[in-house]
Amino acid sequence: MRITVENLSWSARGTTVVRDVHAEILPGETVGLIGPNGSGKSSLLRCVAGLRAPTTGTVRYDGEDIRGWDARRVARRIAFVEQSADADSDLRVADVVALGRTPFRGRWRGPDATDRAVVDAALRHAGLTALATRTWRSLSGGERQRAHLARALAQQPWGILLDEPTNHLDIKHQLALMELLAATDQTVLVSLHDLSLAARYCDRLLLMCDGTLVATGAPEDVLTPGRLRDVFGIDAALAPDPAGHLALTCRGVAAAGPD
Amino acid sequence: MPVSRAPAGSGRDLLGVLHPSARALPGPQPVTPPPVATGGRLSRTALGLLGTAALLLSVAASVRIGSADVGYGELGRALGGRLGLAVEPLPPLLDSLIWDLRLPRVLLAALVGAALAVCGAVLQAVTRNALAEPYLLGVSSGASTGAVVVVVLGIGAGSLGVTGGAFTGALLSFGLLLILLRRGGLDSLRIVLTGVIVGEFFAAVTALILMASGDADTTRAITHWLLGSMASARWDVVVIGAVTTVVGLAVTWACAGALDGFAFGADTAASLGVGVRATRATLLVVTALMTSVAVASVGAIGFVGLIVPHGVRFLVGPTHRVLLPFTALAGAVFLVWADALARIAFTPREVPVGVFTALLGVPLFLLILRKRGEL
Repeated sequence: MRITVENLSWSARGTTVVRDVHAEILPGETVGLIGPNGSGKSSLLRCVAGLRAPTTGTVRYDGEDIRGWDARRVARRIAFVEQSADADSDLRVADVVALGRTPFRGRWRGPDATDRAVVDAALRHAGLTALATRTWRSLSGGERQRAHLARALAQQPWGILLDEPTNHLDIKHQLALMELLAATDQTVLVSLHDLSLAARYCDRLLLMCDGTLVATGAPEDVLTPGRLRDVFGIDAALAPDPAGHLALTCRGVAAAGPD
Repeated sequence: MPVSRAPAGSGRDLLGVLHPSARALPGPQPVTPPPVATGGRLSRTALGLLGTAALLLSVAASVRIGSADVGYGELGRALGGRLGLAVEPLPPLLDSLIWDLRLPRVLLAALVGAALAVCGAVLQAVTRNALAEPYLLGVSSGASTGAVVVVVLGIGAGSLGVTGGAFTGALLSFGLLLILLRRGGLDSLRIVLTGVIVGEFFAAVTALILMASGDADTTRAITHWLLGSMASARWDVVVIGAVTTVVGLAVTWACAGALDGFAFGADTAASLGVGVRATRATLLVVTALMTSVAVASVGAIGFVGLIVPHGVRFLVGPTHRVLLPFTALAGAVFLVWADALARIAFTPREVPVGVFTALLGVPLFLLILRKRGEL
């Protein structure tokens, strides 16, 4: 699915959080959304996910303006994984993944064979089959995040949006999650804190600062030493490591930061 | 310079089903058995039959219990006579005892128990709070105030009626609760404390009205009724209760998928295709309606909405499609027995049934708080 964002601005309580963003995400791409805290990443994601109505501007899925779509219509196109969405619940992993079938279910109908087959495949894809009957409360952070991704996949979405999915995960689970994302055929837009993960797993990056989009492009073109200094306030550079993966080498806080 | 990225396409065979292009699964799909059997949880069909049987037996048994003993045979004759069967008619006094006093009372207990328990389950999901319940959130107190305004002050006695007054009061208390909770998070202690404040406010208003306007007899009667008593059950009240409970159960059951979606908060629910605002508003109005009909007919009985859903979740799990009908069934059985206990525990004196539900509910309330590490 192609996701197009045109002149998008979003304000809350008189403060403009996202300002005049233009972006295009191509079918099948994995795009990273990066930027310092408070740069508007979460708000932009929520506008793209149809959860917030933009103050001005347009979000298009495959060219169609989604303004006025009901939640169900959006949910059949795109899945959204919130930042550490938690529940105080005895729901089992399979129940949580089955939530992804909600947009396809009639009011009075229980799960059918298709629902079960899809949930089963999503569990397998996220490596959760063995945990299917475990309760939510008993899961580790990494398992919860994988369950959310499986739930998103069970929506059979054309696009997946994720808000900081690697937060609170240990390094192994961060890598596993990013590999899962990079391997999906769906269009993926994922906000990330970790610039090394973003550079390594994303086809392209969108860099946000103070609510505006300041750069887009391949990781090595976006994360220049100048932008790392001006936007993130660090003295760092992106370079291939011995194995050929892009990695961030950080020398410390920039001498004259943006503050 | 060669820049390699993560390998793409691994596990693509699995993606066949998960990709939207595979939405209509082709041909005769080898249906894998669901990965979750009802492992550890009882078979739902068996439990459903068991529950229905328990409800019917409880109703029959409870009709027999009271100051005058009634046998099953006499109960059968009373029912048979009404249905036009050729049975030996009962003496009029006994027939009236069964038909006009016992049966409506027991049926009303079942209906109110089902309604309050379902309200609890729904409110717990909507507020994402294990302690939410009409009584603890102050909704029952609001409904009581509304009912007392109609009964004692006579305001709206013609147009609203007691149920209408209770409904208005319930909506007002819900509104007040939502205004007070508008800002800040929805952590459980905060919701419950706010609910208690709202409840205390409305209880104070009720007390004020009673003291200012009610004579001693009215005050005693209403205080007894406010604690929850089925003593005034009549057939017309039973009919109203039946309609409300059935409609309420149908509406909430239709929202079962949405209620599951709320588990991870409003944004995740919306991203799953739930119309969050409309669903929330519908559910709050329906629970307010069910609560107010319950309060108008039997007074404010607390903790049913706390005790029953927690017990049922333990048996059938938290999925609302299954949880709600079983909660209704269990709530009905629960209140039928609580009311039977209230009738016979201190004969000839009758204890308000709300006293018994509170005696059971308060320890459970503390247990939940402690389990969540908030006490």
